Amino acid sequence: MQSLNTYRAGPDERGHFGIFGGRFVAETLMPLILQVEQAYADAKADPAFQAEFRELLAQYVGRPNPLYHARRLTEAFGGAKVFLKREDLNHTGAHKINNCIGQILLARRMGKRRIIAETGAGQHGVATATVCALFGMQCVIYMGSTDIERQMPNVYRMKLLGAEVKPVTSGAATLKDAMNDALRDWVSNVHDTYYLIGTVAGPHPYPAMVRDFQSVIGEEVRAQMMAAEGRLPDSLVACIGGGSNAMGLFHPFLDEPSVRIIGVEAAGHGLDKLHAASLTGGKPGVLHGNRTYLLQDADGQIAEAHSISAGLDYPGIGPEHSWLHETGRVEYVSVTDDEAVAAFQQCTRLEGIIPALESSHAIAHAGKIAGALPRDHLMVINLSGRGDKDVNTIAKALGDIHLGGLV
Amino acid sequence: MSRIKRRFESLKAENRAALVTFIMASDPDRATAQAVLNGMPTAGADIIELGMPFTDPMADGPAIQLAAGRALAAGGSLKQTLEMVAEFRKTDRDTPIILMGYYNPIHAWGPEKFAGDAALAGIDGMIVVDLPPEEAGELVPFLRSAAIDFIVLTTPTSDDARLPVVLANASGFVYYVSIAGVTGTGSATGAAVGEAVTRIRRHTDLPVCVGFGIRTPDQAAGIARLAEGVVVGSAIVQVLAETGTAEAPLALVRDLAVGVRNARGSQD
Repeated sequence: MQSLNTYRAGPDERGHFGIFGGRFVAETLMPLILQVEQAYADAKADPAFQAEFRELLAQYVGRPNPLYHARRLTEAFGGAKVFLKREDLNHTGAHKINNCIGQILLARRMGKRRIIAETGAGQHGVATATVCALFGMQCVIYMGSTDIERQMPNVYRMKLLGAEVKPVTSGAATLKDAMNDALRDWVSNVHDTYYLIGTVAGPHPYPAMVRDFQSVIGEEVRAQMMAAEGRLPDSLVACIGGGSNAMGLFHPFLDEPSVRIIGVEAAGHGLDKLHAASLTGGKPGVLHGNRTYLLQDADGQIAEAHSISAGLDYPGIGPEHSWLHETGRVEYVSVTDDEAVAAFQQCTRLEGIIPALESSHAIAHAGKIAGALPRDHLMVINLSGRGDKDVNTIAKALGDIHLGGLV
Repeated sequence: MSRIKRRFESLKAENRAALVTFIMASDPDRATAQAVLNGMPTAGADIIELGMPFTDPMADGPAIQLAAGRALAAGGSLKQTLEMVAEFRKTDRDTPIILMGYYNPIHAWGPEKFAGDAALAGIDGMIVVDLPPEEAGELVPFLRSAAIDFIVLTTPTSDDARLPVVLANASGFVYYVSIAGVTGTGSATGAAVGEAVTRIRRHTDLPVCVGFGIRTPDQAAGIARLAEGVVVGSAIVQVLAETGTAEAPLALVRDLAVGVRNARGSQD
């Protein structure tokens, strides 16, 4: 591992984490991107902004959520003492709302009245539609038509909340394509529109800003673990699509060398088949405003990703993760669709908690390594969202015979 | 003197604007695209923009998105794009060719090697949509060494504070994107374009070409009275998509050329 004094200083003033990150956007957007950067720098330093953010997290989102000792999963894994960080208990059912609260306050501060966002699983779309309802703003959500089909409950939720859901049919009609159309909308509506990006990707300052808003996850884990066990956790495990729940958990611990940190990508059908594991199967390139690891061919054409989980179905990853991968501070591994589905069932049956398919990837990897670890090893899994939205996908994955047995 | 500079000097002597025409390399296939490309100068194009196909054209409207998709499905690539230019150069040594597209294929090729290979193929300029001045430093020095112009985009959002930053890297000409939007959608008013071109000229002596939303010979003539060049892209791409043959887009180029050539004369 490359030895650095700190892993928490990035990005530099140009938005670069090592060679990753930056601002690779059309010139039409650059003045606005620079305004967002300035507005966020001002807001970050403004105690009134921070106070309002914290107040809404407490009163509206319901934070802090528990760091729950999962006794039966611990027992089943047969080793490390496993804790679940219960982001699924947030209002709207996932970690996405943390970032949305922060950015809607920023949009209001910038005088923007129209909000656009991309969504994959629909959790970010629901969270965005929710804060738009709360602040009385117009809301347009771009969502791939493939994802609309597999996350129908979230589509209805967005519409109930007053958002317009625009289906995207280009490419594989998933998260990447939704982000393309959101960027096209932004270029066409720069004057009144704020793009509320849902993950630690996109042009600077988004990767750093979204990380900052999500860092409440790791900050709470630190305090909760100190209260429960009197010491820091020994390991952290989180799933990664763009990587915002993982970055939120990891960032406060990056400079604690005793804490082992593991990010879990989606291996889809397997790493030799269709998957979404950008760090494992990709190489550095430029897409959606930043340089990062991407699934691409030799000509630099972006490959279609695949994951059973719509939220992880993206051929890129946040640039700070690419940097943490290259420095070696964080280990990145991957879990297949089948392994995630098995972990989904295991958590549901043993703990009475239905995890999101995204979060099930983290649970699956934890299950692989926990058994070999000592019983006093404190492991935190980020349960980034709840799985109600996934029941149709799971029913399809398990097949009619199995389902027949349940009914 | 570069081909681009020579072309603008001779057009200035003729007192007319340049007609800049766009097609996507390999759309709908290599042979048809090559026929359109090779036929463009005779049809009246003064400068040609050749699109580099990319899976995720984030600043393009439906017409050019679909063109990129057709090109890639037909085996289009950055390599094939350079091959098309090399083929074109066998018969035309005077018409400037500008490549236009997104950064990732160049990034994958390697910026330094790409600049050299592009120059060998006979390319005169590059427009890289997602490489603003803040990031252009990783490509521009290599282009400069290879005597390829970096054509910058200015937009309705480029104010007097932003323009000097954008123009610092510029050579060849300046491409004014006349609407805040994606390609092939709305059109700006003549008054708005005139005001913007005047403002850009306060910051640079380079020729200004105006594009986005220009579809007809009349529109082209209107812009030709205001700027040194008129760029037409989506309209040509759409005609090609509808017919699938080289003849129809070349006929449109001929009509556009008449519009541009008569523009200033008809005003006198």
